[in-house]
Amino acid sequence: MSTDTNLAPAMPPGEQARVPLSQRLSGLGGNARQYGIFAALVLIVLLFQGLTDGRLLKPDNVVSLFQQNAYVMVLAIGMVMVIVAGHIDLSVGSVVAFVGGVVAVTITDWGLPWWLAVLIGIAIGAAVGAWQGFWIAYIGIPAFIVTLAGMLIFRGLALVVVSQTIRVNDTSFNSIVSGSLPNFLGFSGDMDVVTLLIGALTIAAFAFTQLRARMQLRKHDLHVESMAAFIAKIVGVAIAVGILAVLLSLSAGGMPVILVIVGVLIVAYTFLMGRTVFGRHIYAVGGNRPAASLSGVRTKRVDFMIFVNIGALAGVAAIITTARGGAAVAAAGQNFELDAIAACFIGGAAVTGGIGRISGAIVGALIMGVLNMGLSIMSVDPSWQQAIKGLVLLFAVAFDLINKRRAGTSS
Amino acid sequence: MDTTATPDYILEMRGITKRFPGVLALSDVNLSVRRGEIHAICGENGAGKSTLMKVLSGVYPHGSYEGDIVFEGTPAEFRSTRDSEHVGIVIIHQELALSPFLSIAENIFLGNERAARGVIDWNHTNSEAAKLLARVGLDERPDTKIIDIGVGKQQLVEIAKALSKEVKLLILDEPTAALNDEDSAHLLGLISGLRDLGITSIIISHKLNEIESIADTTTIIRDGQTIETLDMRSDGVTEERIIRGMVGRPLDNRFPEHTSSIGDEVLRIEDWTVHHPLDQARKVVDGASLNVRRGEIVGIAGLMGAGRTELAMSVFGRSYGSHISGRVYKDGQQVQLHSVSAAINAGIAYATEDRKHYGLNLISTIRDNISGAAIHKVASRGVIDRNEELKVAERFRKDLGIRTPTVEALVGKLSGGNQQKVVLSKWIFSDPDVLILDEPTRGIDVGAKYEIYTIINRLADAGKGVIVISSELPELLGICDRIYTLSQGRITGEVARQDATQERLMQYMTMEKDVTPR
Repeated sequence: MSTDTNLAPAMPPGEQARVPLSQRLSGLGGNARQYGIFAALVLIVLLFQGLTDGRLLKPDNVVSLFQQNAYVMVLAIGMVMVIVAGHIDLSVGSVVAFVGGVVAVTITDWGLPWWLAVLIGIAIGAAVGAWQGFWIAYIGIPAFIVTLAGMLIFRGLALVVVSQTIRVNDTSFNSIVSGSLPNFLGFSGDMDVVTLLIGALTIAAFAFTQLRARMQLRKHDLHVESMAAFIAKIVGVAIAVGILAVLLSLSAGGMPVILVIVGVLIVAYTFLMGRTVFGRHIYAVGGNRPAASLSGVRTKRVDFMIFVNIGALAGVAAIITTARGGAAVAAAGQNFELDAIAACFIGGAAVTGGIGRISGAIVGALIMGVLNMGLSIMSVDPSWQQAIKGLVLLFAVAFDLINKRRAGTSS
Repeated sequence: MDTTATPDYILEMRGITKRFPGVLALSDVNLSVRRGEIHAICGENGAGKSTLMKVLSGVYPHGSYEGDIVFEGTPAEFRSTRDSEHVGIVIIHQELALSPFLSIAENIFLGNERAARGVIDWNHTNSEAAKLLARVGLDERPDTKIIDIGVGKQQLVEIAKALSKEVKLLILDEPTAALNDEDSAHLLGLISGLRDLGITSIIISHKLNEIESIADTTTIIRDGQTIETLDMRSDGVTEERIIRGMVGRPLDNRFPEHTSSIGDEVLRIEDWTVHHPLDQARKVVDGASLNVRRGEIVGIAGLMGAGRTELAMSVFGRSYGSHISGRVYKDGQQVQLHSVSAAINAGIAYATEDRKHYGLNLISTIRDNISGAAIHKVASRGVIDRNEELKVAERFRKDLGIRTPTVEALVGKLSGGNQQKVVLSKWIFSDPDVLILDEPTRGIDVGAKYEIYTIINRLADAGKGVIVISSELPELLGICDRIYTLSQGRITGEVARQDATQERLMQYMTMEKDVTPR
C-alpha cells in the first residue's frame, strides 16, 4: 500500500473530535517554524558572545552590526517577496553598484541636494525593476535568465557611470548610515533616553498587536496558543528588544538612523505581505499559479510589481552602501544577491515558492551578520568565514527539509 | 497442435481485488485473454479499467492487491513495470511517455539503449529503429524529433518501442482518443496486423464502433467488477449490447430528493467554437450552444476527450484554447469575458475538475483559499480585514460541514471531500449567478458525495444556475434537471430528466461526427 499513502482517508461524519494530532498542530506549523529560527539566532548570538569573550555585544559593535548589514536586510525584504512568488533575482548586486554610481554623480557632479538624490536613486531602481519585470511577466522569460542578464548589464553600466571612484562629501547623505537620532531627551546614567523610549514603545506595540490578535481569535472561537506560550512569547520578545535597546543606548551615538529606516521597512512590508490583497496575491501566485489565475488573480501584474519593488529596494540598498562608504565604486555590491538569497532560505522561504516571511528573511540576514561579525572579531580568515557561511546555509535548509519530511508536509 | 479443447490463454487474472484507503477499486475481477486475440475492455470512466491494467503491468506491485496473475502458464509476481516488460507485457498509456526533444530512434531505445560499454552505437540504433518504423508503417526518419511529429505518429513510435522489447502482450489505453479518423484507421489496421504476427493485444477504448470492428473478445467492467465477457465473432454483439453491460446498474438512493423551481434564463452560450491551443487546426469545441436557467441544474455528459472541460474553461474568461468564437449571454445581455476576473465579475464561477493543480493552494490555509476568488469582499482599499475574513471562513466551515479543527489548517491536509467543500466555499463566496462544477465528486467517497449533492441542490434553490460536468452518468441522472451530451466537441443531444436513461445518453455520447442528433 506504500504507493497510496497520499490518498487521505475519508473521515466519517460526526468525528470532528478525532482529528489526528499532526493535523491539529498543522495550524501552528508556520509559527513553530518561526520560533525555531528566532531560537537559532539567539543561540548563535550567545555562542559568539562566549567565543569572543563578550566582545560581540559591546554597544558599538551592536551598532555597527546593523550598519554593516542594513543592505542585506533591505534586499532580503524584496528578495523574499520574489522567492515567495516563485522567482529569483540575481541582479540586485549589480543594480546596487549602478544606482550607487548615479546617486554619487547627482550629488558630487551635479550638486543636487541629498534628498533629491535619494529620490532619484529609488526611482532609477524601480525603473530597472520595471525593465526586468517586463521581460519576466509579459514576455515570459524565466527570472533566472532575465536577472542573470541584468547582473551583467547593470554591472557594465556601473563601470560606465563610475569609471573611477566618486567621493560623496555630503555629510547629511552619509549620516543616513553613520548618524544617530539626536539625544534631545538627555541621558539616564550613560543611557540615551530616546533609544530607551523607542525600545519601550516597540515592546508595547508588539504586546498590544499580539493581544488584539489573540482576542479576535478568541471572539471567533478559534484555536489560540496556550496562555503560557503566549506570555512566554511576549516576555521573550520584550527581553530581546529590551537588551537591544539598552545596548544601543549605551553606544557612542545612541539610536542609529539606519535601524529606524530598516525597522520602518520591516513593519511596512510585514503589513503588506500579511494584511493586504497584494501580499495575499503574492502567496497565491507562488503557492499555485494556475489556481491563482483561475481565481481571477492577475498573475502577470503581480510578477511585474514584485520586480519593480525589489528594484526600488535595491535603490535603497544602493543609497545605504554609498552613504556607508562615502563614495561610489564600480565594484560595489559584489555578491549582495547571494547574501540576500541566503538570508531568505535560512529564514525558511521555500525554493518552490508560496512560503516565506519578511521576519524570517530579516532573522536570516541577522544570523549571517552575526556570523560575519563574530568570526571577524575572532580574527578568522575571511576565506574560512565564507566557507562557514556556506555550510550554515546548507545545514539550515537541510534541517528545515528533514523536519518537514518528518512532519509529512513535504508533498 | 490442437488446442480447441482447452483454450490457450496467454493471460489469466483471477480474483483481483485492489483497495485504496476508503475505496474498493477492484473487487474479484477475472480476465482471461486468449493467445493471439484482440481483447477489448469496456467500462465507464472510473469503472476500474486503468487500475486493472496497472495491476497487470506492475505499477501496483505484487502484494498491494489480492488475486493471481498467470502469464503464459506461470504465476507472475511483478514488482515493477520492469518485471512485466521483461516477460513481454508492454503498456502504452493514454498520456504518451515519449521525451519530446529526443529523436524517434532515441525514444524507441530509451532505457534499452543499443550500446557497448555505455557508449551508444548510433548506426545500430538508427538502422534498428528504421526497421521498426517500417514494421509500424511510419514514414519518418529515425532522427526526427518527437516534437516535430503529430500525435498519431507518436502513437506509432510507442508501438515501435513496444516491438523493440519483443512484446507478447500489448496493452493500449485509449489509443485513438486523441487521433483523427485517418490516424485511428491506420492504428487499428496496425493492431490487426500485429495479431496476424501472433501478438496479443488488450485495448481499452470508449469508441464502441472501433471495438465492434476490431475486437475478438470484449470484457465489460463496471464498478470495479467484471460483468461479462462477450465473444464478438459468434454472439453478433452490437454497440447497444455493450452499452447495456456498461451502464446496467440500478439507481439506489444515493441522491438527495430535490425538486427544482426553475426561473428565467441566466446564461446562454451560442455557437461556441474553440481550437486547440497548440494544434490550431483542431476544433476542441465545435459550435456548441446551451443554456441554463435560474434554479436549474444542467448536466454535461461526455466521454474523456469530448471537450467538456475545454468548453467550460474557454467560457470562463478564456482560460483555455485559441481562436475562440461564439456568444455568451448573461441574463439576456451579451457579455465579453476576456479574463477570469471579467467572468467572476459577470457572476460566473468555475470549480475545476483538478482541485490539486488548478483549484487550491494546498500549502496555504483553508481561510486563505476560501477568500481567494473574492478577496475584495473582505478588504477595503487593498487592506484585508482579517476579522471579517475569519468570520467568512468560519461561516462556510459550519454551513458546508468542512471537517477540520480550525480554518487555519492547511488545505493540503484535508481529505478529498473536504477539499472539494473548500473549493465550493471559495466559489460560493464570490456570489455567482452561475456555477460550473467540473467533476464535483471526483475522488470523493460516497458519503461526501451525498453532501456535495445537497450543497448543489441548495445552490439551485437559492436561484443560481448550476452546470455539472460529470463522467458518472448515474450522478447526472440523479441530480440534473436537463442533460446535454457532448461528443468530439459537439453537442449531440439534450435530454430532459424524465426522458433520460443511461443507454440513451451513452448512445449520444458515443455518436460520431457525421451523425446528426435525433
